[in-house]
Amino acid sequence: MNSITVEGLGKRFKDVEAVKDVSFAVAEGEIFGFLGPNGAGKTTTINMLCTLLRPTSGTATVNGYDVVRQRKEVRRSLGLIFQETTLDDYLTAEQNLLFHAYAYSVPKSVREPRMKELLTMLELWDRRKESVATYSGGMRRRLEIARGLLHHPKVLFLDEPTLGLDPQTRRHIWRYILDLRERENLTFFMTTHYMDEAEHCDRIAVIDQGRIVALDTPDNLKDALGGDVLSLRSENNEAAMLEIRERYDLQPQLEDGQVVFNVPRGEQFLPEFVRRFGQRLLSVGIRRPTLEDVFLKLTGHAIRDEEASPAEIMRRRWGGRR
Amino acid sequence: MQDVYRGIWVISYRELLRFSRQRSRVLGSFGMPLLLLVVFGAGFNRTIGNLTPGVDFLQFVYPGIITMTVLMSSLFAGLSIVWDREFGFLREVLVAPLSRSGVILGKAVGGGGVALAQGIVLLLLAPVVGIALGPMVILQVIPLLVLVSLTLSGLGILVATMMRSQQGFQVVMQLMIFPLMFLSGIFFPVNNVPAWLQIVSKVNPLTYGVDAIRQVMLGASAAASPLVDGAPLGVTVFGHTMSVLEDAVVLGVLAVALMTAAVWSFNRQE
Repeated sequence: MNSITVEGLGKRFKDVEAVKDVSFAVAEGEIFGFLGPNGAGKTTTINMLCTLLRPTSGTATVNGYDVVRQRKEVRRSLGLIFQETTLDDYLTAEQNLLFHAYAYSVPKSVREPRMKELLTMLELWDRRKESVATYSGGMRRRLEIARGLLHHPKVLFLDEPTLGLDPQTRRHIWRYILDLRERENLTFFMTTHYMDEAEHCDRIAVIDQGRIVALDTPDNLKDALGGDVLSLRSENNEAAMLEIRERYDLQPQLEDGQVVFNVPRGEQFLPEFVRRFGQRLLSVGIRRPTLEDVFLKLTGHAIRDEEASPAEIMRRRWGGRR
Repeated sequence: MQDVYRGIWVISYRELLRFSRQRSRVLGSFGMPLLLLVVFGAGFNRTIGNLTPGVDFLQFVYPGIITMTVLMSSLFAGLSIVWDREFGFLREVLVAPLSRSGVILGKAVGGGGVALAQGIVLLLLAPVVGIALGPMVILQVIPLLVLVSLTLSGLGILVATMMRSQQGFQVVMQLMIFPLMFLSGIFFPVNNVPAWLQIVSKVNPLTYGVDAIRQVMLGASAAASPLVDGAPLGVTVFGHTMSVLEDAVVLGVLAVALMTAAVWSFNRQE
């Protein structure tokens, strides 16, 4: 059974079409990622799936419930971790969780062991009595994950779960996410603009300007590029490109003074290529393609160009966002 | 319906919990009214004589100060919505399976609870500033304080649903608090002022709250007894002196209207 099904979903704000005719399905137990730059329509899609926004076209179901007609059932069955922090700073971690348990009518007999289980797993049990105001960014995120899971949702939505966190903390958060999938057979729907993060997903939808431009496993997406990325510098790049085009029928491109082209099974291709190459080589490099390459190829621009500055991230996380 | 009740109790529970954890707010909320009482008691009381036989200035102003405390705390119910929106917590509330109406009523009940607690503390302090209050009077004042609080919470929340930033809300509140406070008969009888000021005072909902509580504390006869120029101490509307019950009805109608408007506005925005 599918946890999430989306058909022709669209959202128009006055004269801006934030999400255009988006369709996909997420299987139970899957980690599904929405990869795209800021402003691509990722958060708008999440908000529609979580009933915070009404779609202007198309339909969507979460756990079999319609996101427009069965809003209450949808809300009960999902957990949501927002991009910006949504904890109450004046309360302790425990009180924040209690509020959530009351709001979702989690009975005490379930609540107590569940709180202990989650807080222990996320390594916050010892600090549960402390005010959230004293928590670091990573601790807040962990507490929000615990809170989002408190009412035993079947699907967990994470909107940029590691935005603004340092690399080590990001790795930790990912360890918890992967752990959770093992333990609870949860379905994850997440958005991200971090390429390394998207690699953890089972499948990725690449979204740009409100439209899904590709949807597949990370490996398939990378393979679709035509294999490994070979880059070289020679004394005469022009002549080198001509030679590659003619001899191998490949399409090399010039990037930052380097000749770059894709080739299947690069490590087998390379020795033979170097031996026969007519120009004097200055350097040769080979690497697996990244999702960055995928994104560049699909959209014609790098995701990094639109990555938020640290100041922008702070602004979005800590306030002023509606 | 169950979602409405759960909304009310979960949200109001959090409001009270938050309040109890902010010690400075707890202390601060008593400071101002207490200061005013002491100043009026020690200062003005000797300069300003009896307003009407048997009612000195402190006795006159004391019910008003209590109402004022409730006014401040009730309007806070609105600030907490703006605050939650700015710090993100509102999204946690909105995505939870709670009804929007329940959330709004919960804010009002929470704010009202805080306001009522403060009102009661001030009532208990009455003997300290030299005012005698019987337990029966206190029991009658409490429901009136609840009504005043619901009316003003409704007003504060209605404004809050339309505001996007705390600064904006604070500015609007400053603009509203002072006229509400000074033109409500807290500090002077509303019948004893120029005609234009009378009109302004009589459209101020707080006026009826102050009047009702004052009548309960001073007795209905004091409300009817004339001031120096012959007009009664109590509030007159079209020549009719309002009774406690009539004041309460005015407040009740306003409370329902404002709260309905607040719920409607919140539903529309979020």
